[in-house]
Amino acid sequence: MQFMLLFSRQGKLRLQKWYVPLSDKEKKKITRELVQTVLARKPKMCSFLEWRDLKIVYKRYASLYFCCAIEDQDNELITLEIIHRYVELLDKYFGSVCELDIIFNFEKAYFILDEFLLGGEVQETSKKNVLKAIEQADLLQESPKKTLSPIF
Amino acid sequence: MLSRKGRRWGADACVVGFSGGGVGAEFGDPLRERMVVPSLKLQDLIEEIRGAKTQAQEREVIQKECAHIRASFRDGDPVHRHRQLAKLLYVHMLGYPAHFGQMECLKLIASSRFTDKRVGYLGAMLLLDERHDAHLLITNSIKNDLSQGIQPVQGLALCTLSTMGSAEMCRDLAPEVEKLLLQPSPYVRKKAILTAVHMIRKVPELSSVFLPPCAQLLHERHHGILLGTITLITELCERSPAALRHFRKVVPQLVQILRTLVTTGYSTEHSISGVSDPFLQVQILRLLRILGRNHEDSSETMNDLLAQVATNTDTSRNAGNAVLFETVLTIMDIRSAAGLRVLAVNILGRFLLNSDRNIRYVALTSLLRLVQSDHSAVQRHRPTVVECLRETDASLSRRALELSLALVNSSNVRAMMQELQAFLESCPPDLRADCASGILLAAERFAPTKRWHIDTILHVLTTAGTHVQDDAVANLTQLIGGAQELHAYSVRRLYNALAENISQQPLVQVAAWCIGEYGDLLLAGNCEEIEPLQVDEEEVLALLEKVLQSHMSLPATRGYALTALMKLSTRLCGDNKAAILEKMPLVERDGPQADEEAKESKEAAQLSEAAPVPTEPQASQLLDLLDLLDGTSGDVQHPPPLDPSPGGALVHLLDLPCAPPSPAPIPDLKVFEREGVQLNLSFIRPPENPALLLITVTATNFSEGDVTHFICQAAVPKSLQLQLQAPSGNTVPARGGLPITQLFRILNPNKAPLRLKLRLTYNHFHQSVQEIFEVNNLPVESWQ
Repeated sequence: MQFMLLFSRQGKLRLQKWYVPLSDKEKKKITRELVQTVLARKPKMCSFLEWRDLKIVYKRYASLYFCCAIEDQDNELITLEIIHRYVELLDKYFGSVCELDIIFNFEKAYFILDEFLLGGEVQETSKKNVLKAIEQADLLQESPKKTLSPIF
Repeated sequence: MLSRKGRRWGADACVVGFSGGGVGAEFGDPLRERMVVPSLKLQDLIEEIRGAKTQAQEREVIQKECAHIRASFRDGDPVHRHRQLAKLLYVHMLGYPAHFGQMECLKLIASSRFTDKRVGYLGAMLLLDERHDAHLLITNSIKNDLSQGIQPVQGLALCTLSTMGSAEMCRDLAPEVEKLLLQPSPYVRKKAILTAVHMIRKVPELSSVFLPPCAQLLHERHHGILLGTITLITELCERSPAALRHFRKVVPQLVQILRTLVTTGYSTEHSISGVSDPFLQVQILRLLRILGRNHEDSSETMNDLLAQVATNTDTSRNAGNAVLFETVLTIMDIRSAAGLRVLAVNILGRFLLNSDRNIRYVALTSLLRLVQSDHSAVQRHRPTVVECLRETDASLSRRALELSLALVNSSNVRAMMQELQAFLESCPPDLRADCASGILLAAERFAPTKRWHIDTILHVLTTAGTHVQDDAVANLTQLIGGAQELHAYSVRRLYNALAENISQQPLVQVAAWCIGEYGDLLLAGNCEEIEPLQVDEEEVLALLEKVLQSHMSLPATRGYALTALMKLSTRLCGDNKAAILEKMPLVERDGPQADEEAKESKEAAQLSEAAPVPTEPQASQLLDLLDLLDGTSGDVQHPPPLDPSPGGALVHLLDLPCAPPSPAPIPDLKVFEREGVQLNLSFIRPPENPALLLITVTATNFSEGDVTHFICQAAVPKSLQLQLQAPSGNTVPARGGLPITQLFRILNPNKAPLRLKLRLTYNHFHQSVQEIFEVNNLPVESWQ
């Protein structure tokens, strides 16, 4: 995966994870163009589109668009599963997640993503393990003196 | 369960102007005199920003807060640094500059508090850029964090390294990461493995470091480690043929891992919709594809397993289809048995029938890739492919079109063309051009008969005339010209088509040419192949004249019509020329047009040697001709009958009452542009009515968003009369879709200076747009 963007129906960015090195200016340009392109899609259209030399996989959950850019040899259908798994993780963590949760706790959204994907690749396929890792890290944040058992 | 509101970011105030840190710098101590300015909590700042009603207000809030944050950074407050950075990261996401937080990331990462590290590393991933040297400064911190054995901290460091680690950092830290590959904790190992993947991408030479541990890692049972290892091996193999050869020996082991995954009962922990760890399955299949490519033995080893996965995977949900899809890709790419290949193509064929349009999409894309190499296998699914032409999603119908065109051959050409022509009639505008040219190309290659070929081209010109390429006209005239037995048939069909519709320019041009050439056959009355048609000269000439008059006709089209009239004048010998004598053809004189008419005039000259022919296509020349005549009355409606004679026919054709010289064409005017939406005006002053001005308004759209609910209203000064005709539509699709045209008729008998005010309303990019403006630079020729 090259990058993942989360944005609202008004085109407001809620999360941006870049797995390729690009300048701030380039990131802004890509974001602007891609958001425009995806928002212009009609509801009945398929989740895939070709954009520049990348494949874009996107899915809308309530008021948020989850948008991933993958390479030519990547599997679009499994990318949909990746997006869905991330949404499930957010949902489990926040309890019935909505866009506001992601806005007010954006750093948490990043932390969760970073326990699921690493360097653009899936690192952990067990939902339980991902959530446990986040829990451990949150505990460590709250009480630094507590000794932690190994995560698994 | 963690409550979403549960996270708070420390004490409520930060101390401004206090230098010299220390944990005791909390507010509320009355003994210490210092300036205490409460700083916003992150969530409060977010709320304040969201409460701003305008962009300007938001900017104000943020600038004010950033000033506080800057001051706080300057004063080096360690307690609240993490909160300040978090706020900064939030505004950074909104698009505001945050570079002054870069050094703070470094400080936070170096702190011993986990809270600090968490935010610091996040900041590093968002703000530090490998193009700037500053990013190297975290290398040391990462090294320390990797070696200290606190798993969550090691996790942060590895994550950051694999997200933004530059080549230099990777070289420095490779030994640390290597050590972590074989550590006891799976949590750290799985991250170290994927960090190694990133490192190899940045520094390919590091492959030699990370290749050896793979063999042992492949024996792990932990899914995360296994997945990472397979990703690592894939990366190694893609970069080095030597590595590829090396890893071929693990093919049996991979096959075994995958077999175990699919045969043993699923574990709830790793399954999705009854499919065992689809992420892992897909990754294994992808590696098998790379290892089996161009290698008989490896392909042989995986054959059975692939067949098993292809037949046993549950296809009721997307997860199973994702695995199946990867399996198909692998089967088609390795040296698989013929039966297995057919199975794979059939799976794709089944995908085409799936109710999920995403599945149909990947099927169409894959079949398109296979249509050359496995043509007959794909042909079997032609009916289903053709069904997909009816897709409402344009990206699917586009692929279905490409695939359908690729499947046309001499045995199915008639049936396919029928489907494709039906598609052409209803397809979205941006596909019309491709569809039209695809049909014409296929017709050229596979036409069973000439007549069928002519019919096909005719149908395309009628349905999508504006979208065909320029050579279509020449091709068709050549085709017809060369098929003598079909001249009568062609001219009749074209006449009928023209009579119905004179707006499609290529069709009109071909029809005019044909009528000019074979008009005698048209009037002869008999044609075996179609119903007898009674056409008399008057009708034919009237039709050609109509073409000449129409403001829809391009200059080139008028040229064709004019030539045809000239040709007919030598071929016809009827008495009644009343129809053509009424009005003078409107001749426009653009540069290329002038050449064309000169050419046609020369042609006409060859046809009738007797009559004097104007060599210059100008109205004044026609007038000169008229001077040669005598006895023509100025009465437009009832010209006197004239003697027919072959030589004189041309003169009769041009025997017209005095008319004012036709004016020079008025240049078009672009009056409006906004975000890719343009409005153009073109002007015509019909010579027979000097008070009349015809304005054609054209709205085009080259943006990425459709324009809908488009309404254009106009106003003119009181002394002028304005009449708006109905527009051609209310929608201009994106990316150069079919424009909207609308005709304005303005009567200006007093030749008052023209002023025009326009009001546009439309929807674009989910916003309603209203523009009111007066048109500047109206050419004087439009009213003088």
